[in-house]
Amino acid sequence: MERIHKFQLNNKNIILDINSGAVHIVDKLVWDIIDLYENNKFEEIIRMLYNQYETQDIKEAYEEIQVLIEEGLLFSDDLYVNDFNYNQDNIVKALCLHIAHDCNLRCAYCFASQGDFSGDRLLMSSEVGKKALDFLVKSSGSRVNLEVDFFGGEPMMNFEVVKELIKYGREIELKNNKKFRFTITTNGLLLNDENMNFINENMDNVVLSLDGRKEINDYMRPTLNGEGSYDIIVPKFLNFVKLRSNKSYYIRGTFTSKNLDFSKDVLALNKAGFNTISVEPVVASREKDYALLEQHLDKILSEYEELSKEYIRLKQEGKGFDFFHFMIDLNQGPCFIKKIVGCGAGVEYLAVTPEGHLYPCHQFVGDEDFKIGDVFEGVKNNKLINKFKNANIYSKNECKECWAKFYCSGGCHANAYNFNKDINKPYSIECEMQKKRVECAISVQANISKEE
Amino acid sequence: MKHIKTITRHKIGGCGECQTSVGNQSCENK
Repeated sequence: MERIHKFQLNNKNIILDINSGAVHIVDKLVWDIIDLYENNKFEEIIRMLYNQYETQDIKEAYEEIQVLIEEGLLFSDDLYVNDFNYNQDNIVKALCLHIAHDCNLRCAYCFASQGDFSGDRLLMSSEVGKKALDFLVKSSGSRVNLEVDFFGGEPMMNFEVVKELIKYGREIELKNNKKFRFTITTNGLLLNDENMNFINENMDNVVLSLDGRKEINDYMRPTLNGEGSYDIIVPKFLNFVKLRSNKSYYIRGTFTSKNLDFSKDVLALNKAGFNTISVEPVVASREKDYALLEQHLDKILSEYEELSKEYIRLKQEGKGFDFFHFMIDLNQGPCFIKKIVGCGAGVEYLAVTPEGHLYPCHQFVGDEDFKIGDVFEGVKNNKLINKFKNANIYSKNECKECWAKFYCSGGCHANAYNFNKDINKPYSIECEMQKKRVECAISVQANISKEE
Repeated sequence: MKHIKTITRHKIGGCGECQTSVGNQSCENK
């Protein structure tokens, strides 16, 4: 397979050494030589390029390439680490608690079918929630850091149980040498000073759902009586973020085929007063009139590029903000194991329904084929767990050959299944978007980083 | 170097103590 990936973006010629992770910004001469390097001798390269460049310059550039190769920073080989015994002990370290299968908005694109996941509208009882926390502690082996995300539906519709579970979690973590990290995802409608203060004291992160420009948000995210939600929610979110002070939050929007110019929504959210922003492609079946299809891809990719230009400009002017997909740590990132296996869904991370049933992740909830057990008796479907455990960048043919595999980690299992009926066959539109985001993120670093 | 500027110089895990998620999260076990 290819060992380097080269691209031009935001006024930079960039070469990524795929297998080492080294990133180089090069001039036009190196850009031209690099394509010839592997299959031609030095004298042949001179002959091919002498009409365009001075021989001395070609020699210098060629030698610089050689130095980087010797240092393992260019044309390095794939490590192909595939015998790493991922999670041999079947440890579970994170749960997504579906605290409410009910919602007070009627978002058109909701993958949870407006909150009920195509089932009855249900709230999780504190008994089921406590069983879930007990299951997590029991299943977590020697892991200390455990995570619990309160999700829905709209989790604020069952906030008394949320409070009870946090109290219970704090009681059992001390006894068991564990540390819970609680997070919540909310549409904000039910936020008030009292519950915001509670969340700020107890939640490490909050995800606040809002789509961007008012007209875009209100078209897709109406209230129960069909009115827009923007004017109700934005003042609450601004107050919430202010009260959170330095604690982390994400404003999280969704774009659809109705707003392919989504960079305007990202920038509108920043202009409205938010500094950590994520606006994500809708997950929807092809027949929906807002679904993202192949014919939208060119526009989506150019929109990410447009956003990256403006993002760099704002950063350079000292007015920058954080966009989820443009934040990339080229100097470290996650460990190699995590780069290979990805999110851990169906292995280390499970979702729990209000009744206590276990699923590989929140996106699989409601599909009976993916039920893997319950919090009362634990995991029963080990065959399914093993299937998820063995799905990684070296088990997926498309990923093995992909330059972005160490940044994408194989993509979303749920998307792969929803579109291809196979968790080992990545969803191609998602792949193209992810590759473009990685290029944009690297180009951001190329424009704001210093040389090492 | 005159022609190449290197801005970052994967191999360098699996403790499982980090947050579930991938690309922008950094291992704290450096």
